[in-house]
Amino acid sequence: MDEIITNGVQKQEMVINMGPQHPSTHGVLRLEVVLDGEVVKKVTADIGYLHRCFEKHAEAMDDYSKVIPYTDRIDYVSAMNQEHGYVIAVEKLLDLEVPERVEYMRVILAELQRIASHLLGVGTFGLDLGAFTPFLYCFIEREKILKIFEKVSGARLLYNYMCIGGLMQDIPEDFKTDTREFVKTFRPKIQELNDLLSSNRIFIDRTANIGVLPAEVALNYAASGPMLRGSGVKWDLRRNDPYSIYDRFEFDIPVGKGEVGTVGDCWDRYIVRVREMEESLKIIEQALDQMPDEGDVKEAVPKRVRPAEGEVYVRTETPRGELGYYIISDKSASPFRVKARAPSFVNLSILPAISKGALIADLVAIVGSIDIVLGEVDR
Amino acid sequence: MIEFLENITPSTTMALVIHAMIPLGLILVYALFAIWMERKVAAHVQDRLGPMRVGWHGWAQTIADMLKLLQKEDIIPTDASRFLFRFAPFLIFVASYAAFAVIPFSSGYIGSSINIGVFYLLAITSLLTLSVIMAAWASNNKWSLLGGMRSAAQMVSYEVPTIMSVLSVIVVAGSLNLMTVTEMQSGNEILGFLPNWLIFQNPFLLVAFVIFFVSILAESHRVPFDLPESESELVAGYQTEYSGMRWGIFMLAEYADMLLLSLLGVVLFFGGWNSPFGTFMDGPVWGFFWFMLKGMLLVFVMMWIRWTLPRYRVDQLMRICWNILIPASFVNFVLIALWEMIF
Amino acid sequence: MKSDALKSPEEIYEYLKASFDELLEYVPAELGQSWITVPPFSMKAVAKFLRDDPALRFNTLMCQSGVHYPDEDELGVTYHLHSTSHKHTLVLKVRVPIADPRVQSVEAIWKTADWHEREAWDLLGIVFDGHPNLKRILCPEGWEGHPLRKDYRQQETYLGVTTGA
Repeated sequence: MDEIITNGVQKQEMVINMGPQHPSTHGVLRLEVVLDGEVVKKVTADIGYLHRCFEKHAEAMDDYSKVIPYTDRIDYVSAMNQEHGYVIAVEKLLDLEVPERVEYMRVILAELQRIASHLLGVGTFGLDLGAFTPFLYCFIEREKILKIFEKVSGARLLYNYMCIGGLMQDIPEDFKTDTREFVKTFRPKIQELNDLLSSNRIFIDRTANIGVLPAEVALNYAASGPMLRGSGVKWDLRRNDPYSIYDRFEFDIPVGKGEVGTVGDCWDRYIVRVREMEESLKIIEQALDQMPDEGDVKEAVPKRVRPAEGEVYVRTETPRGELGYYIISDKSASPFRVKARAPSFVNLSILPAISKGALIADLVAIVGSIDIVLGEVDR
Repeated sequence: MIEFLENITPSTTMALVIHAMIPLGLILVYALFAIWMERKVAAHVQDRLGPMRVGWHGWAQTIADMLKLLQKEDIIPTDASRFLFRFAPFLIFVASYAAFAVIPFSSGYIGSSINIGVFYLLAITSLLTLSVIMAAWASNNKWSLLGGMRSAAQMVSYEVPTIMSVLSVIVVAGSLNLMTVTEMQSGNEILGFLPNWLIFQNPFLLVAFVIFFVSILAESHRVPFDLPESESELVAGYQTEYSGMRWGIFMLAEYADMLLLSLLGVVLFFGGWNSPFGTFMDGPVWGFFWFMLKGMLLVFVMMWIRWTLPRYRVDQLMRICWNILIPASFVNFVLIALWEMIF
Repeated sequence: MKSDALKSPEEIYEYLKASFDELLEYVPAELGQSWITVPPFSMKAVAKFLRDDPALRFNTLMCQSGVHYPDEDELGVTYHLHSTSHKHTLVLKVRVPIADPRVQSVEAIWKTADWHEREAWDLLGIVFDGHPNLKRILCPEGWEGHPLRKDYRQQETYLGVTTGA
């Protein structure tokens, strides 16, 4: 390392490995940090510890449907959203019309998953800053969503529930009452979270003006999701490039306004997630009201998935941002190329740019506010 | 107490040894209880049950954990400084244990009723800093080093407001002997019903207590000032390389330290072993009960804070100390002195 | 939204032709979005123009994917661009022979290309000229071959450990 000698005192910068086993890298991420005291001089992210060759696996499958379980595992925290993106992409490739009821079901599940994922993101962010209790409060609520998912699909984490053209099976009878009950009980909990964390003086001190990401930089780095909205850019694919049936619902797009610090700091990214949960509740309520009661969820499921030659790029809004599936078909039964443009991968690449000059404690806060899932970064 | 022990034991030496060992037994029993209590407090704050399997409501969980820790391999990193690495946990425990010598547990028991009790206590707890740095440096681990540096800066800084607020009490009490300080707080004369505790005697002592309490949170590395071992940043700070019983001793020392500083707070502000009801439920045994009850209440508040608040950053921590607590404690000290002169 | 914003890929192609003449080729697609083919040696200039031209303003590179076309013995890179101010999207494609897979890096234009290009190099072996740090990103340093090529065969051992190939 560079050695600096001033007044006869030899100084040396310290290189420290944060991870792959570190409590707040949210998985197996290695950050090579150059420190001057506790001040971060340089961060290099080393990823790939969880690389599973999703894209190679997808090409090796002899059926487009067999890729769905793998998409679950890209981002295991929001598996429903991942499936949703993939099935929409393949349906576009097939030019397939999906029944109304299925569309509504998918939207409800995707929004529930968004809440579950944001709860995890918000909770672990608090944990990174030393607040243990909000993390478990978030888990209590997330558990309720997982219970609903378990009833629907039989699985708690990796659902494999959506299939091309429909759903694996119809929803259970009490799904609507369960979901309404959850929506009703969850609203006051958001307020509780705000009281405990969002407006906490220490929490604000730790997150305001930290890791500021200006909108220009965010766009240049193609940041998406709460990362981009936290920087004040009102961009949400559900509104700006509507897929599925999102154009039928009314909801707001919360953006970072710099209420406690600068626009685009950690607090803004955090609060965008918290407010998005409320918006998701609105969408769920509307979807539950509008959803047709009757209909076969497997009506449009094709017997054989054999798309024509061509390619599509379909992007959907997952909790972490823009998930793009670039699928090339060569008329065979297996996809020629599947590229998953994972939001965490892109969002994480911003880290070195926004963490220079921060303290090591801030670095933890910044990583937490990006809300990465390493399964998605490494695929 | 010492006379009683001399009567029931064959030799004076043995009586002295038993006399000296009483706080040790107390600390061990307390640590078992406090760790269980911490888990229970955490669990109930977080809407869960906590340990439930080992004994009634998991009371023996800590014993089971201690047995587990005892059986664990004692790992010393290859590049560690072996002597210092092994020595540090003992030094940290010795420092907090030795300080108990001047704590008046009841009217019938104090390890050593010396006239410079407070001074001795503050001096000996400074050894804690030394042992933490020793552990950090000897581990030869970068995370430990960062933790050690933080801890040194934090403990040295926060000693100033601690000492200033203790000093304000001494100004009112007029003695450095903790037994004397306790004795002068007996009776219920303030406003006709309030006990004569120092915190009620002088309005500025209430401020002094707040400063004192914030400082001891930092001194004993509790949230929101647990930076030396902040697990989400520094893995475990200076304890990173420790495992098994050596780590257990750090844990024990940390809890002992919490109790020590809480008890000091009780002596200085809440009447020590004095009963809150005047002569009702008074006497050496009840005195011990009241003393521990008050001490545990403060420990409980510390736990409560831990499971509610996030953690400060290192520069913010320093700013709180140097910009707020130290000036406030100095001003408060002058005000207390003035109050004492006037009334 | 500005009124002079260009919408369809065809319009954008016509607009670009004025500056880049014969370099570009417009390929209409039956399924999905039509694209513009760009020669690998002028990728950076085209990218810069696309980003900075007031009528285009493609300020975001959504996705950059490497593709292996074994039938043509070629590698390709697909760029999905999009503009938050004009709200239009565009697909660009670059094709290079597998023997000399060199494409100009657009890292200096869109920072997000940094990791995407490293991924394309890692998994497909496309060389991006002008990239400041073209290293493997997902596979470990010293891995042999580029896994996403269709003819890829996994090495049998890595650092003395069997890989299960």
